[in-house]
Amino acid sequence: MSEPITALGGASADNGIATLAEAPLQGMITLRGDLTASAVKKAATSASGTAMPDQGMVTAEKDRALCWMSPDELLLLCPYDAVGETLDRMHKVLAKSHALAVNVSDARAMFRVSGVGGREVMAKLSPVDLAPDQFTPGMFRRTRLAQVPAAFWMPEEEAFHIICFRSQAQYVFDLLTVAAQPGSSVGVYQE
Amino acid sequence: MLILSCPVCGVTAEETEFQGGGEAHLKRFGPGASEDDFEGYLFMRENPRGVHFERWRHAYGCGKWFHAARCTTTLEVFGIYSAQTTEPPKDLRDKISEKRPNWAWREFE
Repeated sequence: MSEPITALGGASADNGIATLAEAPLQGMITLRGDLTASAVKKAATSASGTAMPDQGMVTAEKDRALCWMSPDELLLLCPYDAVGETLDRMHKVLAKSHALAVNVSDARAMFRVSGVGGREVMAKLSPVDLAPDQFTPGMFRRTRLAQVPAAFWMPEEEAFHIICFRSQAQYVFDLLTVAAQPGSSVGVYQE
Repeated sequence: MLILSCPVCGVTAEETEFQGGGEAHLKRFGPGASEDDFEGYLFMRENPRGVHFERWRHAYGCGKWFHAARCTTTLEVFGIYSAQTTEPPKDLRDKISEKRPNWAWREFE
C-alpha cells in the first residue's frame, strides 16, 4: 500500500499579512442526487452527523461537515481514514436511489488562511464580497481564485479553508503567497 | 462591470464568475429543414443596441445554466429567469417595457 501524501507536503508560510498552510489529508465525499429525496438526505446527514445545510451554507459537527455545492450536489468532509467506512454506509442507504457518492479526497487540495489579513488575502483573489457583515462563518462559496475554480468557507472568525483541485495546488499556494506577501496590506476591512 | 445573480444558487457575482452561452431562445432547425431555416439557426444572431436576451452559465459556482435579460449599452440587468423555458416570462417582458418602451427582440416585444 502506498503512503498517501498531500499535494505540497504540508507547505506553509507565515511571514506575510496572513498565515498560510496546506491542510493535512482531508477526506472528501461528493454526493450528487436529488437533495430533497429522503434517502439522499438520510445518507448525507447520517454519514456526517450534521443537519442538511441551507443553500450556500456549510454545517459542521466535530470533525465532519456538509457543504452545499449546488442544488444537486453536497460535499461531505470527514477524517481521511474514515472515508471508506463512511462511503460504505452511504451506499447502503442510497442502494435504491438515483444518486452518486464518490471518494474525491485525493483529487483535491485544501489550504488554511488565517490571521487578521485573511479576509484581505481572499478578497484580492476572488470576486466575492468579503466584507465582515457580508461573508460570515457558516457560509460556503464556490468561486474562482484568480484563474482556477475553488471553494472556501470560514470555520471561525479570521480563518478560511479553501478547497481546490489537487493539480492546481501549487498555483493556488503561489497565489496565496503573493496575495499575503509582507507589506501588502491594503487595510480595506480595518476600521 | 456586468453583475448577475444566479437564480439556481442565489449568488450575486460579477461576470468573470460566469460564462456567456450566447443568444437565448434559438429555435433549432435540424435534419429535414430548409437550407434557409438551417442557415438562420446556425448563423443569424441578434446584435442589438439595447435589450438583449442571453444564456449564461454559473461556471465557477453551481455550474447551472440560466437566462438573463440585459441592456447591451448600460449593462443593466432587467431580470434573470430559469433555463427551462422557451420564452421570457410575461412579467419580465412587462418590466422591460416600463423601462424601455417599444423594445423589440426577435418575435418578442
